[in-house]
Amino acid sequence: MQKQSRSPGTVTPDAAVRDATDEATTVVPLKHNVRLAVAIVLLVVAAAVAFSVATNENYRWGVVRSYLFNDQILAGAGLTLLLTLISMTAGILLGTVLAIMRLSANPIVSTLSRGYIWFFRGTPLLVQLIFWYNIAALYPIISIGVPFGGPSIGIASANQLITPLGAALLGLSLNEAAYMAEIIRGGIGSVDRGQTEAARALGMSGGKLMRRIVLPQAMRVVLPPTGNQVISMLKGTSLVSVLAISDLLYSAQIIYAANYQTIALLIVASLWYLLMTTILSFFQNKIERRYGRGFDTPPRRVRHKTRTAS
Amino acid sequence: MSTPMVAAQNVRKNLGSTEILKGINLEVAKGSVTCLIGPSGSGKTTFLRCINHLEKVDAGRLYVDGQLVGYTERNGKLYEKKERETAKSRLSVGMVFQRFNLFPHMTVLANVVEAPIQVQRRPRKEITAEAQTLLDRVGLGHRGDAYPQELSGGQQQRIAIARALAMKPNLMLFDEPTSALDPELVGEVLDVMRDLAEAGMTMVVVTHELGFAKQVCDQVVFMDDGVVVESGPPSQLLDCPQHERTQAFLSKVL
Repeated sequence: MQKQSRSPGTVTPDAAVRDATDEATTVVPLKHNVRLAVAIVLLVVAAAVAFSVATNENYRWGVVRSYLFNDQILAGAGLTLLLTLISMTAGILLGTVLAIMRLSANPIVSTLSRGYIWFFRGTPLLVQLIFWYNIAALYPIISIGVPFGGPSIGIASANQLITPLGAALLGLSLNEAAYMAEIIRGGIGSVDRGQTEAARALGMSGGKLMRRIVLPQAMRVVLPPTGNQVISMLKGTSLVSVLAISDLLYSAQIIYAANYQTIALLIVASLWYLLMTTILSFFQNKIERRYGRGFDTPPRRVRHKTRTAS
Repeated sequence: MSTPMVAAQNVRKNLGSTEILKGINLEVAKGSVTCLIGPSGSGKTTFLRCINHLEKVDAGRLYVDGQLVGYTERNGKLYEKKERETAKSRLSVGMVFQRFNLFPHMTVLANVVEAPIQVQRRPRKEITAEAQTLLDRVGLGHRGDAYPQELSGGQQQRIAIARALAMKPNLMLFDEPTSALDPELVGEVLDVMRDLAEAGMTMVVVTHELGFAKQVCDQVVFMDDGVVVESGPPSQLLDCPQHERTQAFLSKVL
């Protein structure tokens, strides 16, 4: 704009605008009538829904209240949280390894990683969970030894080693690793190549370069989708109810199978899921701010310092 | 005469099917400043990056302080060094990039002490004091707590120089250190480099700043199309170039 206005021989648009504003003209802002109307309609609908939820006796809020802090429900919520934490941790660790493998210059290594991701992303989680639950049908005895039929030492029967809880953790973790691998790969790819070069020029290499320079910067890109994954994992754990594991949903199911208060107990379960996702989102924001340091907005601490200095 | 800091013998480099370096022969004496000039695409930056093995040399030999870069010679064969060994040999060579490449997730001070602590395993206390001195030397002693993004390009480049110096290198490589800077910020970076040259550091500088080359360099090397066309002291090469291509380049730039 500035360059344009400086070019000789043309009437500058800037000057025209300035002339117009110099006179005391009243400015009439654009009215958004349709937008306002839509907002009012939506508000009415939302109020109607809220009113119905509050007054419809079929919701049985009394029953909801009496089961909200039921021991079985609390234990179920605890197990759901535990499943989420363990599977997410395992998924992130394995996912990081898979992501680094996927980026390897060795075609065998990267293809293996690609194959893993293809398989675990391409089959339904529910199928994988039931599969691990029934692994004993394929391998009754788990043993360690030389592959291709060589000698081996039997360790335990598959049913002993892989309990329903073990099957749930295996299924959730291995599935999560495939998704996390893609997220982390994207994060690593987003780090400027100059960063690796600068680190190499300073004598860094291999794991140290990854840990100190690349991964911390990848975090900024990795965290938001990972937060999504944690939340969808928390809810995804409800799938393990098919393995008769007493997570939050299964606990609610057991109770309503006995007292037929299906809706009320599903509301109880939903309220706990909502509470847990809210808390997790809160932590996600905190962690994102921690790893955003030096990138987006200057951190508060530094901003404060410059303010007092000036 | 002592061993030269850098000695290139017929250094060649291909990228895909294009030949970037077509046999570079060059010597850089210890304590001297060499400027590489030439049109873009002439291979100056590639050659600079070969010196600390960020680019692999395909043929010919490149010695830094008498040591073959990137290879070990045994029974008349050259064996490529392991990444870890190459990393070790880079410790004595500092590099400054066109785009600064400071670590954005670390404060200025953390940028400077990172490699000495992580790679050289020097005690944090000792190197922090030393880093502070280095930051003072480039005129940024008061910005240690800032993050790189809060600084101007010129300041970032001075930090990058301090970061390279913290490794106590014998040789400093500069890859167009002022090309990404606003014109008014070029001077502050060149001043730091001039001080460094006066302190006796061996430097190889890829630059378009012919004024700097004239004042500071002991040797100016003109490269074009992957070969060294002409080299000599600045008074000779810049003021009365012998070669036609050098003359053509200088007449366009000056």
